[in-house]
Amino acid sequence: MDRLPRWADVALVPLISLLLAAIISALVLLSIGQSPVEAFDVMVDGALGSAYGWGYTLYYTTSFIFTGLSVTFAFHASMFNIGGEGQAQLGGLGVALVALALPWPHWTLALAAATLGAALFGAAWAAIPAYLQARRGSHIVITTIMFNYIAAAFLVYLLVDVLRPAGQMDPASARFPEGAHLPALNDIPGLNLIFTKPVPANVTLFIALAMAVVVWAILWQTRLGYQIRAFGKSEPAARYAGINPTFIIMVAMLMSGALAGMMSVNNVMGEAERLLQNSSEGAGFIGIAVALMGRNHPFGVVLAALLFGFLYQGGAELGLWTSIPIEMRIVVQGLVILFTGALDMMVRMLLARIFALFRSRQPGVA
Amino acid sequence: MDYATLLQILDTTLRLATPLLFACLAGLFSERSGIFDIGLEGKMLAAAMASGAVAFLTGSAWLGMLAGIGASLVFAAIHGLASITFRGNQLISGVALNFLASGITVLVAQALFGQGGRTPPLSGAARFNPITLPFADTLQGVPVLGPLYREVISGHALPVYLALAMVPLSWWVLNRTRFGLRLRAVGENPAAVDTAGVSVVGLRYAALAITGILCGLAGAYMATALQAGFGREMTAGRGYIALAALIFAKWRPVAALWACLLFGFFQALALRPDVVQAVVQVKVPVPFLDALPYILTVVVLAGFIGKAIPPRAGGEPYVKER
Repeated sequence: MDRLPRWADVALVPLISLLLAAIISALVLLSIGQSPVEAFDVMVDGALGSAYGWGYTLYYTTSFIFTGLSVTFAFHASMFNIGGEGQAQLGGLGVALVALALPWPHWTLALAAATLGAALFGAAWAAIPAYLQARRGSHIVITTIMFNYIAAAFLVYLLVDVLRPAGQMDPASARFPEGAHLPALNDIPGLNLIFTKPVPANVTLFIALAMAVVVWAILWQTRLGYQIRAFGKSEPAARYAGINPTFIIMVAMLMSGALAGMMSVNNVMGEAERLLQNSSEGAGFIGIAVALMGRNHPFGVVLAALLFGFLYQGGAELGLWTSIPIEMRIVVQGLVILFTGALDMMVRMLLARIFALFRSRQPGVA
Repeated sequence: MDYATLLQILDTTLRLATPLLFACLAGLFSERSGIFDIGLEGKMLAAAMASGAVAFLTGSAWLGMLAGIGASLVFAAIHGLASITFRGNQLISGVALNFLASGITVLVAQALFGQGGRTPPLSGAARFNPITLPFADTLQGVPVLGPLYREVISGHALPVYLALAMVPLSWWVLNRTRFGLRLRAVGENPAAVDTAGVSVVGLRYAALAITGILCGLAGAYMATALQAGFGREMTAGRGYIALAALIFAKWRPVAALWACLLFGFFQALALRPDVVQAVVQVKVPVPFLDALPYILTVVVLAGFIGKAIPPRAGGEPYVKER
């Protein structure tokens, strides 16, 4: 198979994959008797048509940037971390414990401490599967899946039996103190001219964007990043070059877990302001789609996160205003993962054929 | 705990182990052929929806089962296309298909019946009803064994016995037939099979077809026997428990039976926390019982109870020429 030009590899392949996913989604909608055009209108209008809609879209985007970066970071060490969901839930626990520990005097202090707590708890939850992969050869995919379920059960136990305040019926932690309240975008001077109504998007968005830069810097500007990418490309070669596989697997997975955990600052502290059951709501899994769509590059991840933010907010609007169930967004999510991740080769083969066609038409080249 | 309670729990164990067993054997065939399939969950879910819907519309549990198998086969075919033909990442394909199934089942059920993503409740011939085995009542008087036979072994729906029958059948196919030998070989060393002039692609598609059929049975059992109809996310992670059981059983059919019974037993216990508390004299949190299969699997994977070694070529797409 011919190699594709770089621009096609970076931009065209994901765009065509996305297009294919969109076509199939439209067919799904047609087959259940709905109009894809109308659905798309509702989604665009609800997610991007107003500052209020953007406030929700950016809120989801924030979570997805974290989980997308999480999957990306592990991918570069050729680790497939499906455990983002569990790590995010544990991160939520970290956030809750930090927020409830002190009557925080100012949100900046609370934010710094909670981010650290979330990262630590998320990383800790990734540490066991990472260690088992590195030292005992247990497959990271299976162990992280198992840890998702263990995390869910653990949190149910904690919320029902330990963290729930006396007299409260629903399984959730107590409300966070006032000092742990994060400013939403509508609370920030300047931005409040755009966001006039209360929106869930909050300052965590800027942490997410900063983390995208940090991840890029670690992976492409440091010796450690070089080692991680070298290990991901070829383990034997990395070993031969004196790179310690255990160290790389541990670092990559701990960082990945920390990033997944940090997303909980956005939803637990920024939105719910208490720890609920299933707080991450599948965002950990969406990280997989975001990383694949973003070609495992932080810049791509931010763009893909925005796309999925739109998809999630738009999907919620579909559930509200049309008879299309909210689950439509899970279908689209599955299709995007399928086309960008698993059927990648199909798209490439297709493109290679088309490129070859153009090349052979040019006189003298073929 | 008295004998009657024990029998009750064992009865529940067998019922809950059945979908695990179908799915576990399903995973066994694909993984022994070298194709990782974490999409068991999605296939079961799709099958449950299709069988629930068709059983309601036709009034026949058998037609429902066929529809379930059909739906599951479609998903298996997509997985085959992605992971065999286009040599994509098998894990990613499985994840994608699970999401696809999770969403599309609700969409279709809602479009068909408009009951919030459920299928309408089934009754009569639209379900697989309990079968009383011969002499169940006559032998009731026999001490210990009589009640065991009557309460635990007899009185299940047909798919339960079908699942149990699949265990020796799978063992025989894998270990005593030419197809089984080739299947195992293709999961260990596909190049050797190719050299011998047997189609690697054909064998792997065949394995995935068997996986599809077995997952179809698992889903059909869930919707038409264990429960009366499909509900959203009704498989509730059983596909992953089955995967765990498969590792626990080290990819062998008979061991798979014991693993599934064990995990079914945990699920049955999670339904009866009062009994657990009475036996161990300590309050055991229900979530702990729920998590037990997963914790055990991690322990097994870590190699603390024997080493679980997967088929060697698992997860690797086969490329004929280098």
